[in-house]
Amino acid sequence: MRTSKSGSVMALDLTINGKAHTLDVDPAMPLLWAIRDVAGLTGTKYGCGKALCGACVVHLDGQPVRSCNFPVSAAAGRAITTIEGLSEDGNHPVQRAWRALNVPQCGYCQSGQIMSAAALLERNPEPSDADIDTAMSGNICRCGTYTRIRQAIRKAAEELA
Amino acid sequence: MSRIERISRREFLDRTGRAGGGLVLALTLTACGRSDRETPPAGGVTASSGSTSVMPNVYVNVRDDDTVEIHCHRSEMGQGIRTCMPQIIADEMEADWERVAVIQAPGDEKYGDQNTDGSSSIRLHFDLLRTAGASAREMLVMAAAASWGVPAVALVAREHAVHHEASGRSARFGELVAAADGIEVPDEVEFKSKADYRYIGRSLDLLDNDIMTTGKAVYGIDVAIPEMLHASIERPPVLGGRIRSVDDQAALAIAGVRQVVRMPELEAPPLYKPLGGVAVLADDSWSAMRGREALAIEWDHGENAVYDSAVYRRELTETANRKGKPALERGDVDAALANADRVVEADYYAPHLAQAPMEPPAATARMTGDGGCEIWACTQDPQSVRQTVGALLGVDEGRVIVHVTLLGGGFGRKSKADFSAEAAFLARETGRPVKVTWTREDDIRNGYLHTVSAQHLKGGIDADGNTSAWLHRSVFPSIGSTFSTEATGPGAGELGLGLTDNPFAIENMRLESGDAKAHLRIGWLRSVSNVYHAFAVCGFADELAHAAGVDPRDYLLRLTGPVRQIDPATDGAEYGNYGQSLDTHPIDTARYAAVVEKVADLAGWGRGLPDGHGLGIAVHRSFLSTVGTVAEVSVDGSGRLIVHELWFAVDAGLVVNPDRVAAQMEGAGVFGMSLALHGELTAKEGRVVEGNFDTYPVLRINEAPKAIHVHIMDVDAPPGGIGEPGVPPVAPAIVNAYFAATGRRIRELPLRNAGLV
Repeated sequence: MRTSKSGSVMALDLTINGKAHTLDVDPAMPLLWAIRDVAGLTGTKYGCGKALCGACVVHLDGQPVRSCNFPVSAAAGRAITTIEGLSEDGNHPVQRAWRALNVPQCGYCQSGQIMSAAALLERNPEPSDADIDTAMSGNICRCGTYTRIRQAIRKAAEELA
Repeated sequence: MSRIERISRREFLDRTGRAGGGLVLALTLTACGRSDRETPPAGGVTASSGSTSVMPNVYVNVRDDDTVEIHCHRSEMGQGIRTCMPQIIADEMEADWERVAVIQAPGDEKYGDQNTDGSSSIRLHFDLLRTAGASAREMLVMAAAASWGVPAVALVAREHAVHHEASGRSARFGELVAAADGIEVPDEVEFKSKADYRYIGRSLDLLDNDIMTTGKAVYGIDVAIPEMLHASIERPPVLGGRIRSVDDQAALAIAGVRQVVRMPELEAPPLYKPLGGVAVLADDSWSAMRGREALAIEWDHGENAVYDSAVYRRELTETANRKGKPALERGDVDAALANADRVVEADYYAPHLAQAPMEPPAATARMTGDGGCEIWACTQDPQSVRQTVGALLGVDEGRVIVHVTLLGGGFGRKSKADFSAEAAFLARETGRPVKVTWTREDDIRNGYLHTVSAQHLKGGIDADGNTSAWLHRSVFPSIGSTFSTEATGPGAGELGLGLTDNPFAIENMRLESGDAKAHLRIGWLRSVSNVYHAFAVCGFADELAHAAGVDPRDYLLRLTGPVRQIDPATDGAEYGNYGQSLDTHPIDTARYAAVVEKVADLAGWGRGLPDGHGLGIAVHRSFLSTVGTVAEVSVDGSGRLIVHELWFAVDAGLVVNPDRVAAQMEGAGVFGMSLALHGELTAKEGRVVEGNFDTYPVLRINEAPKAIHVHIMDVDAPPGGIGEPGVPPVAPAIVNAYFAATGRRIRELPLRNAGLV
């Protein structure tokens, strides 16, 4: 066993879900790990580390971002929204639709799915089926909830209309 | 029958650390928890005065605020068991669903079998859970009878209360907690009749919907405890490889890295032991991963470095084309083939796969004062974590406490305790709590992979177009190789998953296996051997139909033959029927035929199809349920396969939550499409080549069918499995549909290798 003594980090000011955080982190650390391991918000998930699966999607100034390959330093000074902050009481229309259709199976990817779906409806309140598939194709669900995800997005869109 | 163990409240608290009043009953299942028969609880229970709750048995805790807590002893990995198991108990108990709370049980033998695999949670525990609910109900009735001085037969439990109809008196369950003091558990309980079910058979919403849509759900990877270090482990790239040298200077220079620890070397067989390698421990996950990348390790790769999956495929296929070991035989296949009007011959191949649950394996361990350990893990099998970690630390498994988190998918990967063992080893070595998180590359390269298989089939068709001979040889490295260095090829258990339980009424049949040595860790993947066996059997049945010039649906029914129940042992097979009796869960050809007819009707079999479209059908029984699947496919201008719709007809006997059954079939459709279209792991120089979702793609939403239709057969039979039976018929239904659409037969997976993706 060997022990390290080195370490170089810097204090970064982040706004996560409207709350100010000062995190002592390596500025190159991916936002995902800063959110999970340093800020302690674990709703945002690791799935691949290479922006391939979408489990880590958060909103940055309202835009969906894969936080696993986005440096934390680039998020400083911008509004970071995670699944925990998507709505005050967990009742965003997308969250409600997800529950109404019993979309989750294991639930692990659903934070990222919901964040991607909410971002889609924000920029396109009446998505076509093709729009949904295109916007959601970056989010993998290994349990296979895709057909319900499509239905839930349509339901949330109706509610928002 | 049952053996009853009384546990005092104090003992219960000592063992579980959970508040709860009263004496507690533990149920001990016969035959190591794998009994086909369910075990009713009996014996006594009392509540200590002043308690706030009473536990009529280990699964149920009635609180005086009227909450009924139900302890779920099975792991939740997406199948919905944390909703379905409480449904069963609450129904028999007459508890009000709105007052039911689910609590995840830790790993403990007192719950009976906790190994959440084999699609067994309901099929093995239905009667046990009904008994737990019914006896809790009866005890509350007896408590009311005692306190009111009326006979119990004059009382009825209904909607979370006990009622004395003669006097109009009633008491809510929570009001009866104190009165339950000293009440004996009834020797026998009466189950509700099916007509009176309140929750069983209903599509209740998931109890975990709220936490799963708000980021509050806690998975293994989410556990954080004070002073915890994050570990990332560089494991031997080749199974059995050993370290020659390690230079960790650069790793230790990375910010946040605290320690580097060598893992214990793996001694064969792999079992659930750590694989070996070098762990980097840091203040956060990312620093640990970066430190790990900075390690310079020289390996002695060992004998498995010869493994090349392309070369190995030729060996497997050659073996499949030689006479093998008999697994089942009836009639005279060779003579029937010699006399056949036509002979059809085919080789099928399916590659290694990774389970790739979205949450990779993760476990956290903390040493306790007594030399034991506390573990938090996304495990399918907490009792095996206790055993594995106890053995690793050299302590009694009773000193290993295992908290089961939610699982971000399992698919068989998380039935192995290896990642918990890694965390326990590192907690002991560092003296700090440690969380081990596998990266996606670790998961795909260093897991317990689904085996690779080659199969050879030969069918003889007589002058009437009937199949008179069926030869099927299955060759693959066995899961047994993970547990024994002596395992040289398929085990009878694996052959019973789709080979020896062949339902076809063919007079001359010979089923064989062939030896194959494993060079990677082999493990379970959702549906296990049924995946490749159903692919070959249902694909070849379709080939025979076309050779005979008969519609594939009609030919499937013709192969299934007259109504009968099959016992493979009659023809010499060693057959386990998933640990349950053929009396309660027969191989019943009437049930095959019924799902074939139903799913064909649902899909509009025989209807006019758009140009270039084709329908394909497959049927397979696994985990005691029978599933028929139809796929509608076409090929676009660039030759890419499109799966438009899937239909499932599922006979799972009694169904607890139809919406969860539908969800499992929808999921099986997607999982089956993933392995049919994309799934393949290859190996070069002993290493798995693929590493992440770019090189090991799984199905995405834009490739998913526009609809997946599920019909649940109304069958008066005990429950079968649900999590796995939907997967096996998917790939063959797709290749059969592709043949119908194009006239091109595909006998190997994945279809992307045939240019269809």
